[in-house]
Amino acid sequence: MFGFGILSCIVFLPLAGAGFILALRGNDEATLENARRAALSTTLIVFLLSLYAYARFDPSSSAFQFVEEKGWFGHGLVYKMGVDGISFPFVLLTTFLMPICILASWQSIQTRVKEYMVTFLVLETLMVGVFCALDLVLFYLFFEGALIPMFLIIGIWGHERRVYASFKFFLYTFAGSVLMLLAIMAMYGVARTTDITVLLHTHFPSSMQKWLWLAFLASLAVKTPMWPVHTWLPDAHVEAPTAGSVILAGVLLKFGGYGFIRFSLPMFPEASAYFAPLVFALSVIAIIYTSLVALVQDDMKKLIAYTSVAHMGLVTMGIFSMTPQGVQGAVFQMVSHGLVSAALFLCVGVLYDRLHTHEIAAYGGLVARMPIYAAVFMIFTLANLGLPGTSGFIGEFLTLLGTFRINSWVAFLATTGLIWSAAYALYLYRRIIFDVLDKPSLAAIRDFSWREATLFAPLVALTIFFGVYPAPVLEASAAAISTLIKGYDTALGETKTAALAFH
Amino acid sequence: MSHLSAALAHCLPELILAAGVLVLVLLGAVRGKESDGLVTEIAAGLLGAAILVILLGGKTNAIVFDGAFINDGFGRFMKVLTLAGSLVTLVMSRDFLAAEKIDKFEFPILILLSTLGMLILISAAGLIALYLGLELMSLALYVLAAFHRDNIRASEAGLKYFVLGALSSGMLLYGASLLYGFAGTVSFAGIAETINGKASLGVVFGLVFLMVGLAFKMSAVPFHMWTPDVYEGAPTPVTAFFITAVKMAAVAITLRVILTAFPGIAPQWRQIVIFLSILSMVLGSFAAIGQANIKRLMAYSTIGHVGFALVGLAAGGEAGVAGVLAYMAIYLVMTLGTFAGILSMRVNGAGVENISDLSGLARTDGVMAFFFAMMMFSLAGVPPLAGFFAKWYVFNAAIQSGLYPLAVIGVLSSVVAAFYYLRVVKVMYFDEPAPAFDRPAPAPRIVLAVSGILVVFLFAYPGLFIDATMAAARSLF
Repeated sequence: MFGFGILSCIVFLPLAGAGFILALRGNDEATLENARRAALSTTLIVFLLSLYAYARFDPSSSAFQFVEEKGWFGHGLVYKMGVDGISFPFVLLTTFLMPICILASWQSIQTRVKEYMVTFLVLETLMVGVFCALDLVLFYLFFEGALIPMFLIIGIWGHERRVYASFKFFLYTFAGSVLMLLAIMAMYGVARTTDITVLLHTHFPSSMQKWLWLAFLASLAVKTPMWPVHTWLPDAHVEAPTAGSVILAGVLLKFGGYGFIRFSLPMFPEASAYFAPLVFALSVIAIIYTSLVALVQDDMKKLIAYTSVAHMGLVTMGIFSMTPQGVQGAVFQMVSHGLVSAALFLCVGVLYDRLHTHEIAAYGGLVARMPIYAAVFMIFTLANLGLPGTSGFIGEFLTLLGTFRINSWVAFLATTGLIWSAAYALYLYRRIIFDVLDKPSLAAIRDFSWREATLFAPLVALTIFFGVYPAPVLEASAAAISTLIKGYDTALGETKTAALAFH
Repeated sequence: MSHLSAALAHCLPELILAAGVLVLVLLGAVRGKESDGLVTEIAAGLLGAAILVILLGGKTNAIVFDGAFINDGFGRFMKVLTLAGSLVTLVMSRDFLAAEKIDKFEFPILILLSTLGMLILISAAGLIALYLGLELMSLALYVLAAFHRDNIRASEAGLKYFVLGALSSGMLLYGASLLYGFAGTVSFAGIAETINGKASLGVVFGLVFLMVGLAFKMSAVPFHMWTPDVYEGAPTPVTAFFITAVKMAAVAITLRVILTAFPGIAPQWRQIVIFLSILSMVLGSFAAIGQANIKRLMAYSTIGHVGFALVGLAAGGEAGVAGVLAYMAIYLVMTLGTFAGILSMRVNGAGVENISDLSGLARTDGVMAFFFAMMMFSLAGVPPLAGFFAKWYVFNAAIQSGLYPLAVIGVLSSVVAAFYYLRVVKVMYFDEPAPAFDRPAPAPRIVLAVSGILVVFLFAYPGLFIDATMAAARSLF
């Protein structure tokens, strides 16, 4: 297509949409409506394109597909795109969530609508780019570039403490990422290229691996986020507008887990094995500690933000179990969390649009006035706590299974986290949906509008569909992950043999 | 005779400026007050002509005038940057000077004279030419800093710059005389030959004093004390001139002196450069946080950026020098854009320069806010903007030379620096609107837009630019 591959089209089409919206003149209601429609249709076309790519995607191959390569900066930097079974689910997740975000902002965003839509479209380009990039510098470009639109989304359209939250978000992530940048440079020094396909087969010296691994951890741990560098997340979530939270929880948090699977495991296998206990410890702390913290929150968004940290703890734990189940479970858990937490933030957004507060205490007894809402919220609450039959269960089960094979104590402690997650999720549900409806402000509250119902329908469908039939995601990633694990085991085996020979 | 004309051909850009300045002085003196418009236009034309002569002229390298003047790829690259900085600031300054009622014909003449000094400085192949160029540049700059002579802050800036500048010139001269005493020659190549790996104490002393003088001109910490006051007090176009053209020339001569005169004692000067670099990066980042005045903020920002550029020099080698050149070129574009924005900050005919005056600019003037924000993100080094690539090249060079602690300190201080650039974006985008700015003059507007486009789209086609820096760097080795 126009001399570009399909991935470049998916990545850069949103920019074209953004350009179109920028070209719109005037600020009357009709223009704004046009801007919204243009953004929605752009994201829908991008989603259809990615579905088309999915139809042509060969899940049985572990190689990178739809690869495009163009000379770019010279000195080893190239423009190279491609996806495999690990990254493609995330591309689909991103393109799937974007139309929902635009639709969710249809009425709740009334100031600077055009800028809002442009920012979201630019953000889509950068997010999809992160998952498609096959050159480390290109990856870094997208990875860091995504900070700018998200900074603006939180800062411009956020709530009261938006300035604080946006700065914290930006500086935390930036500080982690610059260290990763230095690691990328050091890797370039060894391999003389930043092509990811080459780096996957480059052996880095053991002592260097540890430093590189730590530098990548600095960036990815902030992004994931792992305890103790998660504190930016609750602030960012609370202050961000609904769609911003959806994207943050749905896609941006996946950068971290994706980075661990794509870079840390295959490129630094020895360091990964060396540091796995550290990751396990941090993950278990994240799961238990943030679940407990979630129990005592008064703010709905903050509560869900903390549950995100706990769920990401499962993801990092699964990844560093280095078993096929663990890594597959991590990928699945990320996709599932992308759907479920996005939906939960949308649920909160629905209430916020009506009452303009995130305080749990402001609600209660909603089931009497909003039965459909109560049912939908119930589904996602149960998916969030990992009830079998929802997508949440598959991911949690697989990560725990994978971890159990390696370290039963870690798996045991992480499983207690699931009990806590049931506690905070059901407690939240009880306080909002049940109890007595005695607050005068809730007397006239309306149930879903048609637009809102359309928003949730695909999310509900997918959550249950993946809960019953997880094969599409698991099969897509199976080949790539088994190659990854095989390569990892070989690399470790070689080191062991070498060490034995040395002794 | 043909020998002389061949030598003159190598300094054609300098000749154009020198002859032009003499004509313009006459013109100004004869025609008086009404000539300032014409003088500015001719001066801009001369600068443009000098750029064209360099770009289109011969690419042969030569040392002429008995080893005093060198014409090489590195010099041509830095001269184009310097001339571009002078030209753009001169064009942008017209409306500002007119509004402040200081649009005198001396202004373009002083700019030309100072630029002439910079060209000689960049092409200096010996200590004498270095001092000549440096003083020609600086004397004009002292006057320019105090050009708004009825303004007390501008006068203070000029005086402060003069006193401290004279002190630093003295240091530099002392260092130069020590070097001459111990090496027995003033030409850089000759010094390099004499030293050849063994540094006597006298030579190291000379090197240190020379570096002090140059660090002063680059405003590297700890010789930066004058910078915030002078940059804040001087008229805004002059500040822009300081930050763009002067910075280019100062960094250029530092590179040339160190790399052509002292290649044999790299361990000695590398310590000094790393020391200057770390202090500049850290101080530039932390001290800018509390600033309310945008010119003062940019002063600290430039201190930090000099620190980043010096990382490339510390790394050494062709890659490091190419990194410094790329850094300076991108920095030139970013600061010209930023100052185009600052020059547009006028409310009801009076210039304002507080960051808070930018409040809510996104709503009163969306285009300017967008480009200005891009400049800030780029100065902070956020990809995919040009400023990121500038940092990529210097830090990559540092990592490849094994200077890991320097690189780590550098990137971490760039995170601190990101805070104050973000603050400017925050003021423009998140805060409630302050009174809107006057309709901006076309020149700054165009400069801001052009540099904005360069900064945003450099990643699309950087090949030509990178090749140029590599070629220029090669000629120093």
